[in-house]
Amino acid sequence: MPKAKVNGVEVEFEPGMTVLQVAELAGEEIPRFCYHERLSIAGNCRMCLVEVKPGPPKPQASCALPASDGQEIITNSPMVKKAREGVMEFLLINHPLDCPICDQGGECDLQDQAMGYGRDDSRYGENKRAVEEKFMGPLIKTVMTRCIQCTRCVRFITEVAGVPDIGLISRGEDVEITTYLDKAVASELSANVIDLCPVGALTSKPYAFNARPWELKKTESVDVMDALGCSIRVDSRGPAVLRVLPRLNEDINEEWISDKTRYAVDGLSRQRLDKPYVREAGKLRPATWAEALNLVASKLKVASPDRIGVIAGDLQDAESMKAAKDLFGSLGVTSLDCRQDGMALGAGTRETWLFNSTIAGVENADMILFVGTNPRTEAPVLNARFRKRWVAGALEVGVIGEQADLTFGYEYLGAGAASLSGLAKSKSDFVKRLKAAKNPAIIIGAGALGRADGGAIAKAAADVAKTFGMTWNVLHTAASRVGGLDLGFIPGEGGKTAAEMASKGALDVLFLMGADEIDVTASDAFTIYMGTHGDAGAHKADVILPGAAYTEKDGLYVNTEGRVQLGQRAVFPKGEGREDWSILRALSDRLGATLPYDTLAQLRAKLFADHPTFGRIDYAPGAAASAIDLSGIVAAGTATDAPLVSGVRAFHLTNPIARASVTMAECAAVAADASKIAAE
Amino acid sequence: MKQVQWWISKYPDGRQQSAVIPVLWLVQKQEGWVSEPAIRAVADLLKMATIRVYEVATFYTMFMLEPVGTMALVQVCGTTACQSRGSEALLEVCRKRFGPDSHRSADGKFYWQEVECLGACSNAPMAAINDRYYEDLTVEGFEKLLDAFAAGQTPPPGSEIGRQGSAVLGGNSTLNDPKLYDGSAAKPIKSLPNAAPKGKAKAPVA
Repeated sequence: MPKAKVNGVEVEFEPGMTVLQVAELAGEEIPRFCYHERLSIAGNCRMCLVEVKPGPPKPQASCALPASDGQEIITNSPMVKKAREGVMEFLLINHPLDCPICDQGGECDLQDQAMGYGRDDSRYGENKRAVEEKFMGPLIKTVMTRCIQCTRCVRFITEVAGVPDIGLISRGEDVEITTYLDKAVASELSANVIDLCPVGALTSKPYAFNARPWELKKTESVDVMDALGCSIRVDSRGPAVLRVLPRLNEDINEEWISDKTRYAVDGLSRQRLDKPYVREAGKLRPATWAEALNLVASKLKVASPDRIGVIAGDLQDAESMKAAKDLFGSLGVTSLDCRQDGMALGAGTRETWLFNSTIAGVENADMILFVGTNPRTEAPVLNARFRKRWVAGALEVGVIGEQADLTFGYEYLGAGAASLSGLAKSKSDFVKRLKAAKNPAIIIGAGALGRADGGAIAKAAADVAKTFGMTWNVLHTAASRVGGLDLGFIPGEGGKTAAEMASKGALDVLFLMGADEIDVTASDAFTIYMGTHGDAGAHKADVILPGAAYTEKDGLYVNTEGRVQLGQRAVFPKGEGREDWSILRALSDRLGATLPYDTLAQLRAKLFADHPTFGRIDYAPGAAASAIDLSGIVAAGTATDAPLVSGVRAFHLTNPIARASVTMAECAAVAADASKIAAE
Repeated sequence: MKQVQWWISKYPDGRQQSAVIPVLWLVQKQEGWVSEPAIRAVADLLKMATIRVYEVATFYTMFMLEPVGTMALVQVCGTTACQSRGSEALLEVCRKRFGPDSHRSADGKFYWQEVECLGACSNAPMAAINDRYYEDLTVEGFEKLLDAFAAGQTPPPGSEIGRQGSAVLGGNSTLNDPKLYDGSAAKPIKSLPNAAPKGKAKAPVA
């Protein structure tokens, strides 16, 4: 490996690295604005100037200069110091001195680097330029006078998000960052430009003037808005969650999160169930915990076990599902279901419901077949990964289902199940290439599996996977789904499925754990809703037990890869709300079937003992195509030829938290307008 | 459209976006300016994002992004050479006749702007009117010129004082000796400058 000297210290580096990267290898900090590891190199801010020998006797932009063998890189010479001061002075010429009223204050690269590398004062006496504000949608607030034209946002939106909506117009002193004629940015990842912006030009609109970064309590947690389980940091002050930021996690989200993950949190303080309610004469009235729990216990005691049903929602933590399974199992209830959409998986081995390529491992796939899934809306961060590979020319995609704009090119193979089962016999070029592919994968979406004929489609897809040696991947949309399936939170012997439970006359008592995606209006059972938001389930409920949202409890979540992750409590539950497992524990007492744990730690110990997969925190099993046993997927009936569609119809409104969020409602309205215009 | 296809076909497959500047230029030739629907049409034609075309159109100052005068687009050079030869007076003429810089006149017939060097410095001051160069302008001559355009004529381009190209004002000042041209001043050449040295070359002095 070639070697270079950085400030006299010799380091080895990989060929192709830039001078900036080599200097970082040696532990030297190089200030930068435009350079970003995950974006293309622009080299236009000039902040990373260093001295390089051999070379011309002037400072060089280290981000764009390839390192070579025997090079001497100097980052602490007087020339470099002077160069940085000069660049900083230029950058600050047109930057307003409005840090006290800027939302970026305290976490601003320009502020920090001006302190670290700039001069102590300004020599500039002319007029500064001012730039008009732009409109970039309901999420991104612009103060364009602060912009230093690093073009990170342009490169992110074009390269990573694949929705080229932001550009740099005009030239020289007049350049401005803008969208085309104030169009809203139409990417599900758009708000990441706020994190990327090194100054306060692009800031968060919903969070504007809310808090300073040093006032916030930062809690590292896991996202539940989709089934990826992105690593997030929850910033809270007092009882309120103010914002969510991404955490670096190369295995899942790199350093991006979707707009829903970031902005649905204002839904955490709206439409909340903050005390128990019981229905009297058709109306819900506030009640005490004792009253509500006694009522529930009395109903459960008289009902026969086969007339009791439990449905777990999409945002449930594993512990509460475990507690529910233990409690209702001890009562002899077999009608348990965590699959509100009726997903036809749950029998068979664990691999049949996992994303076996793993999220990071999917980058090794050279051909992927999407079946009834639109990853752009179901898992935007994963979609960015597909796009990354596709842009690199290393990935070919075929789609059976909807012809949506995925931000990358694909071959459209058909709409329905017939195109899927016909694939094995097809002699098309795509199939030829698929046969030759070294590492093909199939991704089947929740939309395809959740239909009435989902079982038959799953079987057809499994056959295709077997024929072509493809790695079997299920892309879930519900954060709780894999955890529920791992727990066996599915109907036991004689048990009813979620859809059967919701039908009229099926049950006497229906217990909903945050289940809002299923229509239970037909059910005439006594309905108990344990959850956080006044959404579909609560409207139907006869008793409401206020639970805790994902930011309000410690909980385990299993993502679509089968990776168990720890969510952490950032704030306490609203009002009289309690953590879900402790509600079930209290209920078990009243039923005389006391659960054998008094603390979350004891519950977890029991969970790990009964289901060892949960004990391996942050481990994604993954499996090669040959090692996956798909024999558990058996056809149930025949597939109809209705077109396969994605399970996510409105990206911004998939769960009760997002539906309660004003920001998400705005985004959904903008997105609906945009699609209406596009349709015209 | 034929010209558009010709430009597009100049670039290899998958690189059709390279034709964006010529295509925008054709649009401007046809319409006089580049309109917003035109930008969208060009983006669709070349299969690129609208914002990318917009970036190009705003970057180059030669693309007019608002309607220009029906009679003439007057571009007066205000860079150093023209300025020292009196372009300020020409700018003042425009300001008086048409109003502020980079605007259409009230009657919509003219659009004028001050531009940077157009490369006719030796014939300063100059103005480009509808892409034709009018040089060696005086205030009176410029006024007359604009009157002619207002009347719908197209005066012949070139120098106002009638000099040919950028020939020297007042005739040539050197190489005037007729002896140069009748052969009488010529002397036989003894050796060509780069010819091989005759005899032994001297060793260079160290």
